[in-house]
Amino acid sequence: MSARAVTDATFDQEVINNEKTVLVDFWAEWCGPCRAVSPILDQIASENADKLDIVKLNVDDFPALAAKYQITSIPAMKVFQKGEVVKTVIGAKPKVALEKDLAAYLA
Amino acid sequence: MRQIIIIGSGPAGFTAAIYAARANLQPLLIASSVEAGGELMNTTEVENYPGFPDGIQGPELMAKMQEQAERFGTEVLYDDVTELELTGDTKTVTLGSGEKHEALAVIFATGSAYRKLGLPDEERLSGRGVSWCATCDGFFFKEKTIAVIGGGDSAMEEATFLTRFASKVYVVHRKDTLRASKIMQERAFANPKIEFVWNSEVVGITGTDAVDGLVLRNTVSGDETSLPLGGIFVAIGNDPRTHLVHNKLDLTPEGTIAVAGRSGKTSQTGVFAAGDVIDPTYRQAVTAAASGTVAALDAEHYLALLPEDLLADASEPALA
Repeated sequence: MSARAVTDATFDQEVINNEKTVLVDFWAEWCGPCRAVSPILDQIASENADKLDIVKLNVDDFPALAAKYQITSIPAMKVFQKGEVVKTVIGAKPKVALEKDLAAYLA
Repeated sequence: MRQIIIIGSGPAGFTAAIYAARANLQPLLIASSVEAGGELMNTTEVENYPGFPDGIQGPELMAKMQEQAERFGTEVLYDDVTELELTGDTKTVTLGSGEKHEALAVIFATGSAYRKLGLPDEERLSGRGVSWCATCDGFFFKEKTIAVIGGGDSAMEEATFLTRFASKVYVVHRKDTLRASKIMQERAFANPKIEFVWNSEVVGITGTDAVDGLVLRNTVSGDETSLPLGGIFVAIGNDPRTHLVHNKLDLTPEGTIAVAGRSGKTSQTGVFAAGDVIDPTYRQAVTAAASGTVAALDAEHYLALLPEDLLADASEPALA
């Protein structure tokens, strides 16, 4: 299962107003580390489907949202709860390291 | 048990794999989960790798090397090594997944990692205007004034690349001459968006939520000045990635893995090293590839001289 893509049109509904904790993966096609971390996020998403939604936002297609969340490095993974950013992880990391960073939201 | 495991997936690792595979050693190559392909994955055009007169994109070059290694029977695993047991005849490699693999010989080709400035605000502002990867992050600095720190080829490449996005790029360097190759220097000097700030050392990064500038100290006069900026890219060199072998293999005073003469032989029998992790000086894709060849040939000779019974155990490449 691959993470859903969100857009300017669906961001509020999928992320801001989501009852569940949501991780937004800010990424781009030309970013090698983004492509490397993408399958790892898919794995984390499918193993923790009950606790966490994981969605992807393409910064090329939706620069306004990237600017709003002050993205200057990708991959940038932001965890949202009740519409607020509660955690930011920057850079591709191995699965074990990402799970450690996200431990509070996977428990 | 295997005959050989190669750790690392840059030019050194994949070239070692091509040679080991063609020697029928059925190598297992541990490529890392998120850094597979190594440093060239974050570069654009590679213009100095022989055989590509029109240049080749870094990621494409690595894909070709991998294809060539796999063609001869290399098995590639996208996982990270977490632990190594290198003493004795049988070496054990533990992965992030918990899997353990055994082999009679190991080639260590983990390359190097970006060097940090070592300033207190660097970590806090990383991803908030402090970056190590121009090709990943340049996009976010459209029409901004930014700085590249460093004076080598990678600093020149990043500065030149970043002028596609930024309105102005300062290159901040500690000395008044560059270490970069002539062609890279000339390209940067000729670029109207690039301005050099010589003899300047970065002593501080400023900004609350995001980078807003640098504090520089002139290395000649000692004067401190501040330079307002929208972002900085750090390209001050690399450090060999040796944390897995501390206290297991001898290192040189430069911090690279020590090898005997021009060989790839480390201080531990049956363990070989190649590429940037043994090279404090040249650090080119082509020197890393050559070094991978040396390590693979050394490993092949080592394996050929091992007793028959050990080799018989290693004929089946299975999980430990």
